[in-house]
Amino acid sequence: MRPRPLWFRLLRHALLAGLGLLMVLPFVLMVSISLKPAHEIFAPEFRLLPEQWHAWQNYSLAFAKQPLGRYLLNGLLVTACIFAAQALFALPCAYALAKLRWRGRETTFVFVLLALLVPPQVPAIPLYIGLWHLKLLDTYAALILPSTISVFGIFLMRQFFRTVPDDLLHAARLDGLSEFAIVWRVMLPTALPALVAFGLLSLVWNWNDFFWPLLVIQTDTLATPPLGVVFFANAEAGTNYGPLMAAATVITAPLVIAFLVAQRWFIDGVTMTAVK
Amino acid sequence: MADAMSLPAAAARPRRRAPGAWAEALAGWTLAGPAIVLMWLMLLGPAVGVIGLSFTDWTFGAPQIAWAGAANYVELWGDRVFWQSLRNTLAYVAFTVPASVFLGLGVALLIEAGDRGRGLYRALFFLPVTSTLLAMALVFQFAFHPTVGLVNQALGWLGLPTTDWLKNPDTALYALGVIGIWQALGLNMVLFLAGLKAIPKDLYEAAAIDGADGAWDRFVRVTWPMLGPSLVFVVTITAIRSFQVFDTVAVLTEGGPNKATSVLLYQMYQEGFSFLRSAYAAALTCVFLAFVLLLTWAQTRLLDRRAHYG
Repeated sequence: MRPRPLWFRLLRHALLAGLGLLMVLPFVLMVSISLKPAHEIFAPEFRLLPEQWHAWQNYSLAFAKQPLGRYLLNGLLVTACIFAAQALFALPCAYALAKLRWRGRETTFVFVLLALLVPPQVPAIPLYIGLWHLKLLDTYAALILPSTISVFGIFLMRQFFRTVPDDLLHAARLDGLSEFAIVWRVMLPTALPALVAFGLLSLVWNWNDFFWPLLVIQTDTLATPPLGVVFFANAEAGTNYGPLMAAATVITAPLVIAFLVAQRWFIDGVTMTAVK
Repeated sequence: MADAMSLPAAAARPRRRAPGAWAEALAGWTLAGPAIVLMWLMLLGPAVGVIGLSFTDWTFGAPQIAWAGAANYVELWGDRVFWQSLRNTLAYVAFTVPASVFLGLGVALLIEAGDRGRGLYRALFFLPVTSTLLAMALVFQFAFHPTVGLVNQALGWLGLPTTDWLKNPDTALYALGVIGIWQALGLNMVLFLAGLKAIPKDLYEAAAIDGADGAWDRFVRVTWPMLGPSLVFVVTITAIRSFQVFDTVAVLTEGGPNKATSVLLYQMYQEGFSFLRSAYAAALTCVFLAFVLLLTWAQTRLLDRRAHYG
């Protein structure tokens, strides 16, 4: 291919940089406001950096007014439990669907595909009623239980397991490994990239999910990060922007940092799962 | 699914079940069993349940439940808020999907058109995808602030008309749509980048021999037709995600002003969890589900027709 003319290269950078700037502008705005005192936030002229630094006051107020640290820990606990359960149930099932022959396999796979089509908000009402009957509303269990199964995870891992050569399994069986051991000691290591991709998607989805926590959690100390931000916004009646943006920064930071550190994994993961 | 039947191992084995077959079947059920039970308990069972519930008269906590036939759907038909929510949801989808798909495609093409800065640009555009939408919605609320918000400051500086974007019934839905586009663009870009990488390079060389030398010629004759399946896929998943719009509505406008931003899921949330009318909310859920399934069906129809290019 011919090298592109100079004007084209400049135009490309100008367009991409301009649009890209718009994409990160909300993040810049968020951090900028979190550093300013109220009178500068509501000043008619916008400045990127504060004249009078108010970062310490805003962030300490954010942590003092609401249990921000607790929200982050809740988020970590809930997402970790959910992913552990999803992997625990999805991997053996994916192996059975990909490599074993049993009556009902095709039917099961059809139901997995069917379940893939159901948006997560559809089962919400019956699940809510069920948890209410079990007196589990407003607990960690209510946050975790409905997400313990991921049909997306089953589907994704099945697609990967199917590419594992059968000889590897025959060798493992000759070595005396049980089918259960094969899942964890033979299949899992070969499909690690797929599992990482699935893990990242599960983390992003469950950390950011707002709909379900909003339904089942009332107690402040059980809130996940997004719900916590809303509790914060309601408590502050939406006027005290400095501490609010400080709280938003704290809640957003973990995933943004995780993304910047493991950027390639995130993007490869999304690509891999979309192309399957 | 038919190809799953023709694994080499399956073909090699004798027709009558070998002694190992029983053990294999047992292993299959044992390994898949827990996941199957959970899938029915958490996803398929409740999905069926919601359809059943929509034909009853149950309100949350009521001691009795009775069959109500299609009464909830008849009520929906006459419910002005429902039609408003449906119109709003469709308008939101019609606004966000084309914008985020074409911007995503444009950015992907621009990134692919050069070597410098690919990683950086990719990261910039993808960052919103992973960020916590709820926290960022509050930032947008501030950016849309009528007097000190960046949006109005920029528009005022350019001499363009300004308004209180989130409180004006004519603009509120589209202000939320801007947030939706902002978040969806990066995902679409990454999917298109994958689609572009999958186009064989020799097609461009062949097109060049045929005289398609300019960038526009190459785009029209090679890139666009080859991107067909990616395009259908991206449009479908963006549309399904747009249909699920809820977070920004719940935290920024609460369906207002005057129901101007009420969407299907938000009305379902209000009916089911504020007014405790579970059965009516179940009927709304079924309408929502029907639209999502319709989109998926349209996608399979389109892909069946277009995907056979070898």
